[in-house]
Amino acid sequence: MLDVQNLTKRYGALTILDGVSLTLGAGETMALVGESGSGKSTLLHLIAGLDAPDAGRVVLDGRELAALDDAGRAAARRDLVGLVFQQFNLVQSLTVAQNIALQARLAGRHDAGRAARLSERLGLTGLEARFPEQLSGGQQQRVAIARALAAAPPLLLADEPTGNLDEATGDRVMDLLLELVAEAGMALILVTHSPRLAGRLRRVERLHAGRLE
Amino acid sequence: MTGFGTLLATLLSHWRRRPWQLLALVVGLAAATALWSGVQALNAQARASYDRAAAVLGGDRFAAITGPGGQAVSVADYAALRRAGWRVSPVLDGSWQAGGDRFRLLGVEPLTLPAGAPGGGRIGTEADLVAFVTPPYRLIGSPETLARLPAGAWATRADPELPPGVLIADIALADRLLARDGRIDRLLVAPEQPGGLPPPDTLTGTGLTLTPPDESSDLAQLTDSFHLNLTAFGFLSFVVGLFIVHSTIGLAFEQRRPMVRTLRALGVGRWRLTGALLAELLVLATVAAALGMALGYGIAGALLPDVAASLRGLYGAELPGELGLRAGWWLTGFAMALAGTLVAALSALWRLHRLPVLAAAQTEAWYGAQLRTLRLQAALAAALALAAAALAWRGEGLGAGFALMAAVMLAAVLALPPVLALVLTLARRRARTPVAEWFVAESRAQIGGVSLALMALLLALSVNIGVGAMVSSFRATFLDWLDQRLAAELYVRGADAGQAAAMTAWLQDRPEVLAVLPIQSVELSRGGYPYFLHGIRDDAMYRESWPLLQAAEAPWDRVADGSGVLVSEQFARAAGLALGDRLTPGGAGPAWTPEVVGIYPDYGNPTGQAITSHARLTARWALPPPTRFAVRLTDGATPQVVAALNQRFALGPEQAVDQAALKAVSRQVFERTFAVTLALNVLTFAVAGLALLISLLTLAGMRLPQLAPLWALGLTRARLARLELVRALLLALVTAALAVPLGVLVAWILLAVVNVEAFGWRIPLRHYPGQWLQLGALAMVTASLAAALPARRLGRTPPALLLRVFSDAR
Repeated sequence: MLDVQNLTKRYGALTILDGVSLTLGAGETMALVGESGSGKSTLLHLIAGLDAPDAGRVVLDGRELAALDDAGRAAARRDLVGLVFQQFNLVQSLTVAQNIALQARLAGRHDAGRAARLSERLGLTGLEARFPEQLSGGQQQRVAIARALAAAPPLLLADEPTGNLDEATGDRVMDLLLELVAEAGMALILVTHSPRLAGRLRRVERLHAGRLE
Repeated sequence: MTGFGTLLATLLSHWRRRPWQLLALVVGLAAATALWSGVQALNAQARASYDRAAAVLGGDRFAAITGPGGQAVSVADYAALRRAGWRVSPVLDGSWQAGGDRFRLLGVEPLTLPAGAPGGGRIGTEADLVAFVTPPYRLIGSPETLARLPAGAWATRADPELPPGVLIADIALADRLLARDGRIDRLLVAPEQPGGLPPPDTLTGTGLTLTPPDESSDLAQLTDSFHLNLTAFGFLSFVVGLFIVHSTIGLAFEQRRPMVRTLRALGVGRWRLTGALLAELLVLATVAAALGMALGYGIAGALLPDVAASLRGLYGAELPGELGLRAGWWLTGFAMALAGTLVAALSALWRLHRLPVLAAAQTEAWYGAQLRTLRLQAALAAALALAAAALAWRGEGLGAGFALMAAVMLAAVLALPPVLALVLTLARRRARTPVAEWFVAESRAQIGGVSLALMALLLALSVNIGVGAMVSSFRATFLDWLDQRLAAELYVRGADAGQAAAMTAWLQDRPEVLAVLPIQSVELSRGGYPYFLHGIRDDAMYRESWPLLQAAEAPWDRVADGSGVLVSEQFARAAGLALGDRLTPGGAGPAWTPEVVGIYPDYGNPTGQAITSHARLTARWALPPPTRFAVRLTDGATPQVVAALNQRFALGPEQAVDQAALKAVSRQVFERTFAVTLALNVLTFAVAGLALLISLLTLAGMRLPQLAPLWALGLTRARLARLELVRALLLALVTAALAVPLGVLVAWILLAVVNVEAFGWRIPLRHYPGQWLQLGALAMVTASLAAALPARRLGRTPPALLLRVFSDAR
């Protein structure tokens, strides 16, 4: 599913990632842990094709991202990747229902039934007509998860998805996320610095000073 | 829904949540399009009318034979020319009054009329021709012209192609209606003539003149400057409207940065996203343009009477009373609106296109004062000011005049934000209380957000001041000049030399008549530039009243003894003449090289003039006896002299014109000419006010995070609202203060550069501080109105909304 080879990323004189390699099979889940500034988010951005590495390669479901232009990388993201951010990143002017359907529609595989089921599972029923600013933080993050899952991508990348939530709400959100990922048979990379959350995934990789330990 | 459709719907959802912003965009673009297309509708209407008039009346495209000095031709001369083989056709052309309305009556002789000549091809069928040339005759005119005739008084035939106000009649009927008594205004010369014809003047010995075809007197060319004036104002209004569009699109795009980042992260490619944004803009621009075009049509309809009056008064051009709708106008209007939107959106669109997908998700500090931007604006303003200085120093021609104007205005507009920042930085040093410090700092931070609206306000204010000063200077100078130039109480014209001589003799016998001064001239040229040399009889009227811009010692004595001439300002500029230079007018007799001893203003006259003594003029050129005279009368004697003249000589309406009537007509033409300019000025000002309102409204929604902490610290919402109002007024006040010197500079460029280059004469700039104060007050009122609504909304903001600023969960 995912093959990362010798990935290096520098910002000026600062090396963020230094020859990182990893692979992830279909349906496999992995936690990426490490202290702040260790390069976790950068690695996730490179895998999603949001940024370009200085060296190394990312092969996503057989597509080498470095060989693709902007439109090709955008298509790979649309078709293969679901993203969940710490800041939710919902479109403020769209309703909950529209936000959930957004990526699936863009990818041309919107399934209204699936979106409704996800809404229900994530406890968003009755909130579909609301706008993001009318929701609590936990609700907004559940909308973001629903949006990522609605498109049924083979790989889900989640960057500190509960970082902005209190512990109880975060736990509930994580339970749902893992449950739905398992049901859909998706691969998952979860960036977190919480050992407790990391422990709930099958595999844990630790980044330290830009290298996998 | 397709992927692209979803993308477009997502982008459009932004406007659904911000209807004010959408309204601002649509209203801004509609206002810009309306003012531009309104002016274009007027211009297109006028040009189409000129084309119609040229097609039907374009007599100047044929050579013509007239009597000496452009006077009438006798039937005997006409017969002599025909007998000699000249293919000429007689034409009568005059103003005819019927039923309280005036018409231009064209009398033609259809059987000899050359093809394509005035009235040619408009007679109709053979049966129509018979009805046209035999009693009771027929008048041909457009339906609207015929409707103005007394009902049933004349046999008529409608021809919608004829321009308004024009009637065509057989020459026999026209002769009767115009009371020509056999005199022919001109003989049109057919383009094809037999060879070996004797010249007309030698043939008859009556001083007939053959005038070659003249394309230059085409109405479209004559009125070009008027339409250029309108177009310039239309364009200025369009630019002010685009400020609104630019401001709104800039804000909307900045607010959508998080959305764009999310969409990019969700797999929308850069080009696809840019394409969708472009498509969205085009949809909105099309809707706004359609509204603007409808509004523009309304504006044109409202301004049409004044424009028509100006064109009729200035150039004798007639415009129909209703606007036509032309495909070209629609297409140009839409194209301008779409192009304007793209230009206004280009920078915002480019920024979003280049936005890195990993850029910070927060909305950029759109309204924050950015030092880098201020420095860039200041540097650009300085560069443009230097360019303007270079143009003022070395620039030549009308193009350089307009470039100077553009450079000055752009420099001032770009300098506004740095100047405001400087003023506020100075104010910060004097702020003592915490609220005052916060107020000044916040005002400085807001400059970025309201700068475009303030720029539009500066532009509108300075143009108002500039054009106001120009019109007022023009009015004052023009009226002074009229008083001086039209010093004689009465101006009379004899229909022919015999009548003129009889009138002169009669006038000189009357006790109320102080002097009868002939008006005569010959047309000459100097270096290819044509001018008229006028001969005047030395009289106190000229010595006391005639205005001179520059004069040598005892100019009138030098003119009287023939050693000096006076030249008009236009002639002096066009021929490069200065005091002390010499003319070589020619004529019979020994060499005569009079010195230029004075230069006088001759506003509004496109041709050059020079003045010498009447004795010298008639001695060197064999002129027929004069037919035009200025008559000096004792105080209050004008009405009875005019009445007695009319009774004695049965004069036509334009043969005796008293000074007061002439001045009244001139003033009326002047006022109506500038009525359109002033109306456009007011509309531009209104658009600038709208720009300010929209900027403040959109800013208000973004300012809660800045205001909520102050509220939490103990300032009431009402006080915060008042402070917001005061801020808007202060920014407008500084802008208005800057607009005064800029407006005076604009007026100077219009009068001393553009006017001189375009028309060859200069008007002294006069200052009207009362007008400036009025406009300053108007700017304050505009700013108050614009700031009142956002301030009111702020004053009523629910506390819950302010509390959300502090909520992490937002």
